[in-house]
Amino acid sequence: MTAMGRNAAIEVRDLRKAWGDQAAVDDISFTAPAGEFTVLLGPSGCGKSTTLRLIAGLEDATSGTVMIGGETVTHKAPNERQIAMVFQSYALFPHLNVAENILFGLKVRGVPAAERAERLQRTAALLGLDTLLDRRPSQISGGQQQRVALGRAIIAEKPICLMDEPLSNLDAKLRHEMRIELKSLQRKLGITMVYVTHDQVEAIAMADRIVVLNGGRIEQCADPRTLYDCPASVFVARFIGTPPMNILTLAPCPGGLAIAGDATALVAGDLKGASYYQLGVRPEDISISETGGVSATVEQVEYLGSDLLVDCRIAGQPLVMRASTQNAVRPGQSVRLTWSKQRQHLFNGDTGARIDAHDGISLSPSAESGGSDP
Amino acid sequence: MTHRREWIYAWLLLSPALVLLFAFTHIPAISTIWDSFFSTPRGIRPSKFVGLENYEKLLMDDTFWQVFWNSIWYAVVTIPVSVALALLMAIWVDGKLSGRSFVRLAYFAPTVLPLIAVANIWMFFYTPGFGLIDQISGALGYPSVNWLGNPELALGSIMVVSIWKEAGFFMIFYLAALQSIPPVLREAAAIEGASRWTFFRRVTFPLLMPTTLFVSINAVINSFRMVDHVFVMTEGGPNNASSLLLFYIYETAFKFWDTAYASTLTVVLLVLLSVIALGQFLLLDKRVHYR
Repeated sequence: MTAMGRNAAIEVRDLRKAWGDQAAVDDISFTAPAGEFTVLLGPSGCGKSTTLRLIAGLEDATSGTVMIGGETVTHKAPNERQIAMVFQSYALFPHLNVAENILFGLKVRGVPAAERAERLQRTAALLGLDTLLDRRPSQISGGQQQRVALGRAIIAEKPICLMDEPLSNLDAKLRHEMRIELKSLQRKLGITMVYVTHDQVEAIAMADRIVVLNGGRIEQCADPRTLYDCPASVFVARFIGTPPMNILTLAPCPGGLAIAGDATALVAGDLKGASYYQLGVRPEDISISETGGVSATVEQVEYLGSDLLVDCRIAGQPLVMRASTQNAVRPGQSVRLTWSKQRQHLFNGDTGARIDAHDGISLSPSAESGGSDP
Repeated sequence: MTHRREWIYAWLLLSPALVLLFAFTHIPAISTIWDSFFSTPRGIRPSKFVGLENYEKLLMDDTFWQVFWNSIWYAVVTIPVSVALALLMAIWVDGKLSGRSFVRLAYFAPTVLPLIAVANIWMFFYTPGFGLIDQISGALGYPSVNWLGNPELALGSIMVVSIWKEAGFFMIFYLAALQSIPPVLREAAAIEGASRWTFFRRVTFPLLMPTTLFVSINAVINSFRMVDHVFVMTEGGPNNASSLLLFYIYETAFKFWDTAYASTLTVVLLVLLSVIALGQFLLLDKRVHYR
């Protein structure tokens, strides 16, 4: 290995990439710790792929720095950055067979033939490609092509691997298998992984750390559990989880804030600084009760097999809840909905930023005394 | 029942094309071969079977051999040069270049022009004394050169014209092929540290092989088929120095009216072209990767 060492952390500081006055990546900073699995997550056009390409050196940063293993590499060529990369389209050379594709980089770098053969043998065995080595990319399946692309990245034995939506061209079943395989491979080889995806399920399942991007900026950078439990903004709250978190507009009421149009106070305390506030509750945290809580009307019930998705309205605002199939709710029915105070989130309506409970503000509403909180 | 009907439909649909092909390609080709075994009918003397006499005459014909070697030289020089030039130009205009569309247009312009017009333009370039080339070389102090009148230079001068015309045409094919190579391949190679030359040698060039095959077969056909500029610029002269096989066939058939001998020459041309095309397919097909 090089002087850089096997473990190389990636640090991105104030990174910016603009085409004209259109910024694709707008002053972002984050660290991908050595040996960890970092996912860049966001909707299409959020700048996640551009960020990855900036780390790889395939794009030139407008400003800011990229550091790998403590060394500034912002203006270095891709091959001087100790990285391997897997592309969304795999970027296999169509005229070369599997072995030649995997060995391409080693040949370019002039690795001796004996060592090449030995490393090829090892990589092929690791990925189960032994029997496919003399096939062309067009003669193997999508999943196998994906493995070849992976093999080309692994055989380089670089400490960092960058992946740009590598599983998006696979079918659901294969995607699930590859997800598990990728994660275990990353652990086994101790690679620093930076992985781009728009699929929040993929991100949550694989990541040690997720960077959520929106409009070229970082919304939140945290581990999957924190992201799910304490979303930093309405955007993150809506982006993580299926179905997404319910966001309800609040209005002042005697004793605090209630869902606009409803009278039950849900947030108590003195709130200042925003023109309005929003409340977030996840569908899986809501339950139906006989008394207390907030009254709602059932609009539609969707049967999913394992559970039900119930579309409701509270004073005109839509809300989805996940209910057990034991529940016999019917469209048109009036129900009372409750949720734990720990599981509700308060957001600034103007900025979308999270407001944590602190002195003077209590997420334990007066409604709780009505018995809504178990 | 339906099977039989489909069979009839297939032949009915094929028949217009087949009729035209047979009437204008296959029957003339066979009758040409047939005619090459007969003597030319002149006046009251009807044509009679002479066996291989025409071919014997051909082997003894010094003009034929000169024209034959002219044609071979012409092909050997113009084909690789124009194909290589086309590839170079295509790579250049494929890159990031300001005024790229203008350069592409400029390269393609010679292809749009009829060869007769091209030949006339080059006549002006080559004219001794006041032609463009002589004016420039004269200004630099070089003596005047009669590019088309000197037997040693005439064929070369003709070659330059056809390279000038052909390279732009082939460039379009190379450009299209280059643009169908996904840019992500270049990025993948860059990650591995491949230099531009390595990438060209190991990836771009192999991926261009189908285009190279197509272009080179076209180049071979064109090099034997295009003689318009010979008509305009030299008429095969001086002393047959710039005459090509097809031009010689034309002269034999329609100037000297020796149709039987012209048929014999045509057979030689056909055999020559078939052998080259077959060779190209056999030699290159193994090395061509079709996507």
